[in-house]
Amino acid sequence: MQGGDQRKYGNGIIVSVITCTEIKQGIAIETGKTSPQYFNACSIIELHEDDFKALGINKNTNVRVTSAAGSVILKAVVTTQSLYPGLAHIPMGPWANMVVPAYTYSTGEPCFCGFDCLIEPAPEEKVEKAVKLMHDKCGLKYVGDPHYD
Amino acid sequence: MPEVIKNVACPYCGACCDDLEVTVEDGKILEVKNACIIGTEIYHHASREGRVGSPRMRQPDGTYKDITYDEAIDYTARMLIKAKKPLIYGFGSTNCEGQAAAGRVAEEAGAVLDNCASICHGSSFLAIFDTGYPSCTLGEVKNRADVVIYWGSNPAHAHPRHMSRYGVFPRGFFTNKGHRGRKVICVDPRYTDTARCADYFLQVKQGHDYDLFDAFRMVMHGYADDVPEIVAGVPKEKILEVCDIIKKGRYVHIFFGMGLCHSDGRNHNIDIAINLVRDINEVTKCTIMAMRGHYNIAGPGVVWSWQFGFPYCIDLSKGSHAHMNPGETSSVDLANRGEVDAFINIGTDAGAHFPIRAFEKLGSHIPMVTIDPSVNMAATVSDVHIPVAIVGVETGGICYRMDNVPIQYRAVVPPYNGILTDEELFNRILNRMLELKEQGIECDGKWEYAKAIPSLIPVKLEPEA
Repeated sequence: MQGGDQRKYGNGIIVSVITCTEIKQGIAIETGKTSPQYFNACSIIELHEDDFKALGINKNTNVRVTSAAGSVILKAVVTTQSLYPGLAHIPMGPWANMVVPAYTYSTGEPCFCGFDCLIEPAPEEKVEKAVKLMHDKCGLKYVGDPHYD
Repeated sequence: MPEVIKNVACPYCGACCDDLEVTVEDGKILEVKNACIIGTEIYHHASREGRVGSPRMRQPDGTYKDITYDEAIDYTARMLIKAKKPLIYGFGSTNCEGQAAAGRVAEEAGAVLDNCASICHGSSFLAIFDTGYPSCTLGEVKNRADVVIYWGSNPAHAHPRHMSRYGVFPRGFFTNKGHRGRKVICVDPRYTDTARCADYFLQVKQGHDYDLFDAFRMVMHGYADDVPEIVAGVPKEKILEVCDIIKKGRYVHIFFGMGLCHSDGRNHNIDIAINLVRDINEVTKCTIMAMRGHYNIAGPGVVWSWQFGFPYCIDLSKGSHAHMNPGETSSVDLANRGEVDAFINIGTDAGAHFPIRAFEKLGSHIPMVTIDPSVNMAATVSDVHIPVAIVGVETGGICYRMDNVPIQYRAVVPPYNGILTDEELFNRILNRMLELKEQGIECDGKWEYAKAIPSLIPVKLEPEA
């Protein structure tokens, strides 16, 4: 792949994001959606090393990911399934879907692959648990449950 | 005494591996052989402590209280009768018997009946309606294919045993050299773990698969000279090299996945792929197959085509005849426009896998029932969560593999805590609906619809300067 696709913007970069399935995410789904395994497998964003340089951050730093649809804090990691600069991957799941545009081009299929996101360093911010994100978005009060832990 | 049960089929991905050996003792699963790591986890999950053993209802303070099946069924039946346009969505992870029973409930309720295809291989269906589906069964690939293309799919992660059972490594009747006799081509923007197993890797620019298909078709039609030097990030000489491999192949097969269905172009990526298959068939034998996701996501397509004539996005609200138009009657589009007033999430997790802007309209404003063996994201915001038996572990049934071959699933342990199967549950919901209607309970048309998304913004991000 020739040339990077990533564009600088403020203290962040704009990249194209895809959300795909991944073996760790598959195992964690079957372990349980409220398990720590699921949290670790899905609340990440995989970036190319050049994009880490452009952001001026180390790997495993939290970043704020913002699309036209919303915003979410994720941990930025390096992947074994390498990307080209300007392409990022978030494993399918509730964290990815915080930023996936719901627009379907009249096909029923939302924009799961290939939407723009602004990535900004957010080392002080916390990655939220999925159940908390879900309750906040649906306007429900989050109370604990024996089945959530 | 531990007992070994053989020929067990796995309820995870569309490869439907039916060669598992499960060791059980006293209704507990001890060991699983032959399955991939995800399949193994499913069986161990079934025996783990802390599963939901009875239906639960949300209380005003946000906590959940256990209720009986009768109460849960009554709630669901009343909800379906009262709603003007309920949506019943899911069905990737249940058997065909459950899907048929749900079809009868949806018909009685005048509901919209949809399955996970609408956010998965729905694009493929649209393309198949346009151009047809020159396909085969997986045994044909195993026994004959000497050129295998994985385009926009990553079986190493999504269908872990696909390459070893069908696509790359097995020694078939006419392919007795196994992977050494096959040329494997992978097309993806990422150098995936599938690409590592391939002989040729084309790193296509994300969202530009249509350009690349166009170039392939130009070569197949004899216009190779007019192909630009670089197409979608792939150099021309590489395209010519791969086209040469394809032309020399005795049997070419293309597997495609979400890389095509979810990217720009959607169904048009698939229909040009199918047209490429037709072109290749001018020179050699070629077939194509969708890498279906869940183990029985091909099931609703088959069952409902037989019941209603349509595979997904089926609007039954007219009562007398079904209607299908995915841009209008798909789950996400209905949620985006706020056109439903009750929601049943069955055998899927719309909470985790819908874009949140669509899901929050369903999860916050309208009554919602989740039918699933485990706690998932949809269940955490539902009014009622009804647990059911896990297909392939606690109950059997028919499931359709990605090539529409029906596989007989079997139970290895009894259902946890005596919970119902999907089929039993839907049959009881239907009976309760008929009872209530006889008592004179009907839709009063007073329910609020979900709220629509005020402004739907497409993909491009243009932050204010």
